[in-house]
Amino acid sequence: MKILVAVKRVIDYNVQIRVKDDGTGVVTDNVKMSTNPPDDNAIEEAVKIKESGKAKEVVAITIGDDKAQETVRKALAVGADRGIHVKVEGIIEPLAVSKILKKIVEKESPDLVFMGKQAIDDDCNQTGQMLAAILNWPQATFASKIDVKEKSLEVTREIDEGLETIEVNIPAIVTCDLRLNEPRYASLPNIMKAKKKPLEQLNASDLGVDTKARIEQIKVEEPPKRKAGIKVASVSELVQKLKNEAKVI
Amino acid sequence: MSVLLIAEHNNKELRPFSYNAVTAASKINEDLHILILGNNSESVAKAASEIPLVKKVIHVDNEIFENFTAENYTSTILKHADNYSQIVSSANTFGKNLMPRVAALMDTSQISDIIDVISEDTFLRPIYAGNAFATVKSTDKKKCITIRPTSFDAAPSTGGSAEIVKSEPGEKFESSKFVKREEIKSDRPELGTARVVISGGRGMQNSDNFKLITAIADKLNAAIGASRAAVDAGYITNDHQVGQTGKVVVPDLYIAVGISGAIQHLAGMKESKIIVAINKDGEAPIFSVADYGLEADLFEALPQFLDELNKLNSLQK
Ligand SMILES: Cc1cc2nc3c(=O)[nH]c(=O)nc-3n(C[C@H](O)[C@H](O)[C@H](O)COP(=O)(O)OP(=O)(O)OC[C@H]3O[C@@H](n4cnc5c(N)ncnc54)[C@H](O)[C@@H]3O)c2cc1C
Ligand SMILES: Nc1ncnc2c1ncn2[C@@H]1O[C@H](COP(=O)(O)O)[C@@H](O)[C@H]1O
Repeated sequence: MKILVAVKRVIDYNVQIRVKDDGTGVVTDNVKMSTNPPDDNAIEEAVKIKESGKAKEVVAITIGDDKAQETVRKALAVGADRGIHVKVEGIIEPLAVSKILKKIVEKESPDLVFMGKQAIDDDCNQTGQMLAAILNWPQATFASKIDVKEKSLEVTREIDEGLETIEVNIPAIVTCDLRLNEPRYASLPNIMKAKKKPLEQLNASDLGVDTKARIEQIKVEEPPKRKAGIKVASVSELVQKLKNEAKVI
Repeated sequence: MSVLLIAEHNNKELRPFSYNAVTAASKINEDLHILILGNNSESVAKAASEIPLVKKVIHVDNEIFENFTAENYTSTILKHADNYSQIVSSANTFGKNLMPRVAALMDTSQISDIIDVISEDTFLRPIYAGNAFATVKSTDKKKCITIRPTSFDAAPSTGGSAEIVKSEPGEKFESSKFVKREEIKSDRPELGTARVVISGGRGMQNSDNFKLITAIADKLNAAIGASRAAVDAGYITNDHQVGQTGKVVVPDLYIAVGISGAIQHLAGMKESKIIVAINKDGEAPIFSVADYGLEADLFEALPQFLDELNKLNSLQK
């Protein structure tokens, strides 16, 4: 079995986001970037399945500018076998990402594609579902547990009401929740070894995918700020304020 | 052309957020039709037809919709798509799972999680866990949109009498099978719609200590929330998680107990009307969004809080 894992490079989740003064986006210069957090879970799960003997190969793919390769290198350092970088410049929407991934799926014929449930920059939560749609594959979204069976996966999904379990036939798309596993850290020797693993480079245009934006970003602004609050000295003061000032209890 | 809302329901009733989605959808386009895909779901179609803002109900009743799977929904939605300029649903796990599958097959770039409607093609949506707001315009001919339900009021539920049109299901999807749903039932108000929410974080230390929160929730008729750390540690189930990757809540009163206030948590609660933080670390970032901050040990503060609430109650009686 072969597992393809999609990893995206995003602003690190610890960074305090700043909106650009001209309203065209957020500041990314000199800002720490990392792999989108649930994509680390996706890689971890694929590597674990490989270690269990149920998969032979894990291929990591990213779509973005040259620097996006860092995320693939990191995936290689924690156990992926091979990397693919599809080069595009600028913002690329989930629909276009899913079309590029479809081309790669046709080329690589993986049995499973793992991805994160949501990219923490655009917060779209779309790409996996879109890829599943255009491949006409089943989708197991928001996965917090995966059981690999003979020809299917049993997946526990995190939904608003609690948990749901579904069984999807292979080939399938899985989008991963942070609770799926605990991603390992890359050791220094493994980081060095990863530099020697193969990383193939392609251009989106060579794949014949139109990546033109369909959504115009008119402006990006800071959200309204909350008025500064006060500290109360005691529980009784808190209750009095809630009752008499805020009138919420 | 009209707008089509894909309603979320449980085969008996519309889920509460469907009413918020109705408000948003009719802001996008007044000619609002609602699509009910369910199994033995007559009562849902009837409820939808009674919403005054709804102009038409399309009802498809079939066993393939029993568990609301995206794959089975999609083929049926696509059968109707030609008649609509926009297709919308709630941005909760139901709509998040479903809408991109529909959008991709319509070759449309979906707009997720809108919090305001600026015009029929332009919307406001949060990005970066709500640390920036983007105004975005769709240039696709047909638009697929998910709506953040807490950003819109619930539409009135009675007084209307829209016609109910029956329709046939699309193709059944064979490669996916529903196994089970572990739904956590509770008599408490739903997290998303509760007027008061009290949430616990890693500071609660274990699941047993959540009783301190439960007791106050009982008094205030509040829903119970949690940080991701509290859920990850197994103090409470995942359906309670508030934040960027959990639920968004906008209650009149949000009480954060033993929660540091990471941006991913704030993403789910910082639009609340009044925020209270109880934390023993005076520097915790949660205080920067709190209207009332109490720097205290929660194990002392929560029992006192309960006492004070009891006192208030007896005074009122
Ligand atoms: C991609 C991504 C998505 C995420 N999504 C979410 C999300 O949806 N929701 C979410 O909540 N988090 C989310 N997180 C996690 C988030 O970054 C934080 O790790 C998490 O919110 C921390 O939870 P916490 O505040 O309970 O724990 P901590 O940060 O450990 O804070 C515990 C707090 O309790 C206080 N405390 C301890 N003991 C006491 C006591 N006795 N009395 C009073 N106070 C006490 C401490 O002072 C501290 O401030 C996400 C993270 C990532 C990377
Ligand atoms: N440019 C990209 N390169 C690789 N994977 C991506 C890219 N964009 C999105 N993905 C994958 O799709 C998931 C969901 O992203 P989104 O739909 O943007 O929230 C991410 O967690 C990634 O696994």
